[in-house]
Amino acid sequence: MAIPPEQIARQFIEAIPHSRELGMTIEEIGGGACLISMPYDEKLIGDPRTGVIHGGAISALMDTCSGAAVMSHPTGPSATATLDLRIDYMRAATPRQTIRARAEVYHLTRSVAFVRARAYDDQEDPPVATAAGAFTLSVRDRG
Amino acid sequence: MSRPRPEPVQVIKQRRDSALEALVGGIPYSRYLGIRFERRGDELTAILPFDEKLIGDPILPALHGGVTAAFLETTAVLSLAWTRLWDEIESGRLSTDDLTPDTMPRMPKTVDFTVDYLRSGLPRDAYARARVVRSGRRFASVQVEGWQDNRDRLYASATGHFVMPQPPESNG
Repeated sequence: MAIPPEQIARQFIEAIPHSRELGMTIEEIGGGACLISMPYDEKLIGDPRTGVIHGGAISALMDTCSGAAVMSHPTGPSATATLDLRIDYMRAATPRQTIRARAEVYHLTRSVAFVRARAYDDQEDPPVATAAGAFTLSVRDRG
Repeated sequence: MSRPRPEPVQVIKQRRDSALEALVGGIPYSRYLGIRFERRGDELTAILPFDEKLIGDPILPALHGGVTAAFLETTAVLSLAWTRLWDEIESGRLSTDDLTPDTMPRMPKTVDFTVDYLRSGLPRDAYARARVVRSGRRFASVQVEGWQDNRDRLYASATGHFVMPQPPESNG
């Protein structure tokens, strides 16, 4: 009867216009964790001289991935929204490489989910960026 | 004793607007999002016209949190670069004729950026203004405010730290 949270999360994320625009694809999802890839695209460039993609595109990927991780949590949240998100930029992403973000919910209260995420290209370590965020939580079937 | 004659207003405007255009036009990602900048003197206001592709929650509907982050970060970086460019242009050290994508001063690099989401972004135009809190030789700290219908009802605010590009002549 009950649809598993990861399936709801997947449908939810795949229906987001902006994430589709940027070509984001869910590679793994479930149990409060998510892996999403975003292919390199010239429209994402922040510095034309180097072809390095803009930090904002990495932010969009991290935000989507973190939200997806929250939605896939076994407690089955029905909706989530970002309260805050901090991103630390470690290095420039290598031009023409796919960016991947991995996010995990590391703590959950009744109303808030705390999420950590990292983004990387073909080289996983050091990451391109790391993120930490707090997300609101609405839960189905409160009764 | 007499002051030098001020330049004609069109000359000043033309110089400042083309400097701003050279700065903003060079970034494919902000062009893709549709971000524009309006200038009053040295003050910049960033504008993000609404578009369906910016939606993050189709049910509400609401702007994508990542779009808001990108919008505020672009506003911060550009406003910071603009304050530097303004000084270069107004002092005459840099001529707008020399501003090609290759001679443009390098952009500041984001070290970290934190966004507070205060309200969900409505499906309409958004605005943002940045304040350079501190701009040193190597580091800068910038705050950004984003709003939609009412200037006093912010929908997001952000703060970020940046490494300033070093001029080529300073070798260590």
